[in-house]
Amino acid sequence: MSTPIRWFTFAAPSRFYWLVGKLNPWLWAIALALTAAGLYIGFFVAPTDATQGDAYRIIFIHVPAAWMSMVLYLAMAFWAAMGWMFNARMASLLARALAPTGAMFTFLALWTGAFWGKPTWGTWWVWDARLTSELILLFLYLGFIALQSAIDDVVRGDKAGAVLAIVGAVNVPIIYFSVRWWNTLHQGASISATAAPTMAHTMLLAMLLMTFAFWAYAFAVVFTRAQALALERERDTDWVRALPASR
Amino acid sequence: MPSVFNAVYSRDLRLALRRRVEALLPVVFFVVAVSLFPLGVGPEPQTLRQIAAGVVWVSALLASMLSVTSVYAGDHADGSLEQMMLSGHSGFVIAAAKAAAHWTITGAPLVLAAPLIGVLFDMSAPALGTLLASLLLGTPILSLLGGLGAALTLGLRSAGVLLILLILPLAIPALIFGAGAVSAVDAGQSASGHFSLLGALLIVTALLAPWATSFALHIALE
Repeated sequence: MSTPIRWFTFAAPSRFYWLVGKLNPWLWAIALALTAAGLYIGFFVAPTDATQGDAYRIIFIHVPAAWMSMVLYLAMAFWAAMGWMFNARMASLLARALAPTGAMFTFLALWTGAFWGKPTWGTWWVWDARLTSELILLFLYLGFIALQSAIDDVVRGDKAGAVLAIVGAVNVPIIYFSVRWWNTLHQGASISATAAPTMAHTMLLAMLLMTFAFWAYAFAVVFTRAQALALERERDTDWVRALPASR
Repeated sequence: MPSVFNAVYSRDLRLALRRRVEALLPVVFFVVAVSLFPLGVGPEPQTLRQIAAGVVWVSALLASMLSVTSVYAGDHADGSLEQMMLSGHSGFVIAAAKAAAHWTITGAPLVLAAPLIGVLFDMSAPALGTLLASLLLGTPILSLLGGLGAALTLGLRSAGVLLILLILPLAIPALIFGAGAVSAVDAGQSASGHFSLLGALLIVTALLAPWATSFALHIALE
């Protein structure tokens, strides 16, 4: 007799805690190994760019960080919605745990973008459509974090955060396209952020490695944070009381 | 359903009429905030003409957000909001009526005050007309979004500042198309594209925001 897959097994905080305890050392190891490999290939093996010189190498951090910032917002909205719809504590916890990491990647993308912009465009910041959208995304993350931390009642905080995250996720495309439209109206063909037409294989490899490294890091750090949040919320339950004894 | 809308709407208007000075505060804030810009930027008519639309729009945005916390706060404090939500009537209609009342009390006066600003900033007649039309289409969006923010932050300690942080990013498209319409007219182009997009934004917001607001109110009152 085959047992059906039980999707909600790890929705219980105690089992989630156990699973993360098993997974996390591996995730951290993968993140570290991939970061080391990706940075080595990106900084030492990949050829120097013909037009941008060595300054382009920041994209090995910048582009994956920008990708992560967007993916994590959607993941956060997804888990917040799941937690709200199914009243699943762990899903809401995941949304809460995702927000600071997403905000960190958004900030990292903006910061590295400024470092890349200075030598390449000669300025730290331009009101380019992508930069502006990324900045607004940072504001959306900050709003989510601020709202959840302002509400003392955790259940209300989870649900209010879910409404805000869903509204934000619906708005992100609208904001992106309106900012792009605004940008084309206000800025002539001065600076275009489009990447080089072709990319050497080693560059692509380094970028992919860094992307997977960031994924592994995001999983690891979000799981660690969710673990801590679960402990905090479930501190009065039997399984948390039993934890110190099982160590 | 229309009777619930009318009841909530006229009740809010009546309450505002009994506290006239309080109801006028947002528009006074709007005029004062806009008048600060020439002092900060300098009085050159050329510069002022160029920034007028953006300044008016940003100030209208801030005036709306500052005043919108009071939409639900008073009713929440005396318990009437809870009675409304428990009455069995649709939360969507109540939220829509509240937003409509907020627009009538603060949004419409902002539109009416805009010609005064146009004179202060030496705007041309066509630019001023476009600004009025864009405000007429755009300020209801601000009231609808602000209502959502007010519901989300209902009863929180730092509700005012938090609401601004939550809602301003969502209001950016309205700002872009509203102020953009005036720039387009200034540049000799037609503003019809901007108006179409503002209208589309207004329709989408009017359909979705009261719905989200009613969810947020239920969550806040649980």
